[in-house]
Amino acid sequence: MRYLQILRVAYKALSRNKMRSSLTMLGIIIGVGAVIAMVGIGQGAKKMVDTQIASLGDNLLTIFPGSQFHGGVRSGAGTMTTLTEEDAKAIKENCSAVLRVSPVVRTGAQVVAGNLNWGTRIEGYSPDFVSIRSWSLASGTFFTDQDVRGATKVCVLGKTVVDNLFPGQSPVGEIIRINKLPFRVIGTLTPKGQNAFGHDQDDLIIVPYTTAQKKIMGITFINSIIASATDRKQINLAEEQITQLLRQRHKTPPGEEDDFRVRSQLDIASVAGSTSGVMTILLGAIASVSLIVGGIGIMNIMLVSVTERTREIGIRMAVGAKSKDILTQFLIESMVLSLFGGIVGIILGILSSQLISILLHWPIFTSVPAVALSFFFAGFVGVFFGFYPARKASNLDPIEALRYE
Amino acid sequence: MFISTEDLFKIYKLGDFEINALRGINLFIEKSEFVAIMGPSGSGKSTLMHILGCLDRPTRGRYLLDGEDISLLDRNSLARIRNSKIGFVFQSFNLLSRTTALENVELPLLYNGNSSKDNIEKAKRALSLVGLEGRENSYPNQLSGGQQQRVAIARALINNPAIILADEPTGNLDTRTSVEVMDIFQYLNKSGITIILITHEKDIASYAKRNITFRDGKIIKDEIVPNPKIAKEELLTLPVTDVKETI
Repeated sequence: MRYLQILRVAYKALSRNKMRSSLTMLGIIIGVGAVIAMVGIGQGAKKMVDTQIASLGDNLLTIFPGSQFHGGVRSGAGTMTTLTEEDAKAIKENCSAVLRVSPVVRTGAQVVAGNLNWGTRIEGYSPDFVSIRSWSLASGTFFTDQDVRGATKVCVLGKTVVDNLFPGQSPVGEIIRINKLPFRVIGTLTPKGQNAFGHDQDDLIIVPYTTAQKKIMGITFINSIIASATDRKQINLAEEQITQLLRQRHKTPPGEEDDFRVRSQLDIASVAGSTSGVMTILLGAIASVSLIVGGIGIMNIMLVSVTERTREIGIRMAVGAKSKDILTQFLIESMVLSLFGGIVGIILGILSSQLISILLHWPIFTSVPAVALSFFFAGFVGVFFGFYPARKASNLDPIEALRYE
Repeated sequence: MFISTEDLFKIYKLGDFEINALRGINLFIEKSEFVAIMGPSGSGKSTLMHILGCLDRPTRGRYLLDGEDISLLDRNSLARIRNSKIGFVFQSFNLLSRTTALENVELPLLYNGNSSKDNIEKAKRALSLVGLEGRENSYPNQLSGGQQQRVAIARALINNPAIILADEPTGNLDTRTSVEVMDIFQYLNKSGITIILITHEKDIASYAKRNITFRDGKIIKDEIVPNPKIAKEELLTLPVTDVKETI
């Protein structure tokens, strides 16, 4: 029996009960559509986290001071003031895998410009900040090494600060007051938006770290160090070199715990990546359940169809259909149901993920492997759940089938 | 192509009971014979027909079709024989509903593995042979009983079978249509096809060349009909019914 003819017979049999066939297909349509939409949402989330992490600078290393250990009390990471700007300089000079280094000094302050004021973060860096964080300027210039040496009172503003202190005008060249000290605005940063944790990255003012230490805070230590590796692949090497160097500089005896911690952007990225990966798998798995339920629907209808068409099966057998012919016929019918449902499901899945992406402003990616996989899975469901009814049909006794009323 | 059975038994088990549907049938049917098998219901004639038609296998005994022992064949080989050597005609026509006359006639061709190019031509020829030219695209429910039975005969003919087995083919038809069907059978028989006809109407049996009578699973009478009726002549004496083929 030619496959084209079997297909024609299958199409006729299914179109005879249009309502029933389309309801049966609905199960598969929803299943396939859900898998595609869910995997799309999961991958969109992953992509979003990835871009945000990359926006922080993807070969970024951060060195925090260690936790204080005093009389059995450990005070938590960053509470020690063991890092100095000499450490930062030493890292830049001695670690071959490190390209750029900047000390970090952080505080918060109320800032005044004209008759407006705004509370924001003040962060002190070296000029290497721009390339380490891969953060470019929207206008003006960044401060130089000379400014760092002289601890000059210049600053660069984040977008949020600009919006709040200089609504609708250019702040470059203007004077603002941080803790009552006048600072000249020399540049503004391009906006970065919220980070993966919902934190506004643009709400800050950047000053030379020496200025922050001496003029604003009155301290000599630094809060942390940021560094960039020469290459993304060199991150682990850079981490090793920094650890060795700092242990040496801080005279940590072998076997003793480090009094600092090095964290790479890669660690954060892989954690965030695996989190959203797990979410994608979870969403996909939940959606697959509905695909299986759809398959059971097909089996149900095919069993009904076999019983209904017992006499037809008997007639076909009487005129010479072999068991294999009957089996193929019913298998093809269930496959047509599931694959056609699969195609409609793919279309609906893509459309609905587009819709979600428009409504939620969320990047949604229609993943080609997910589409292909769910299509093949739909076909598999058709064969798997169609097999039992088809076998039942092919094993009918021709005489009994002919007598069936 | 000849049919021969040797000591054929068919025993059905119904719980603790055993029903002996056939008890030792010895039968020899030559090529191009026209045999009518008669007998009351439950006498085993339908069981014999199922075995002769390769739909069923005997419990005991041998059935030789053209020298081949059918009782030894598996399901698929039986299906192949049904497809190529045997045509069935049933009392209730057994056409596929919601399927056109042409497609019904084509049905056996789907299962013989030949190219499908001239299937439609073949089916059209078979339909015109039984006088249904122009009704190719009619559905069974648009045809009269006689027309449906003729579609069934065309379907039985499509693979040029050696034998046509007809199980009460006139049971659901009026007198004139019955004779028309017998006319087709006599015509086919003349062209060399063996026809085995089950009926309990003596009148229908008298169109056959040989009558076999069954009772309780045994042959009790086997006789040659001296002067079989000729359906063509009978038709002339029957009035043309006005409801015929007007749908």
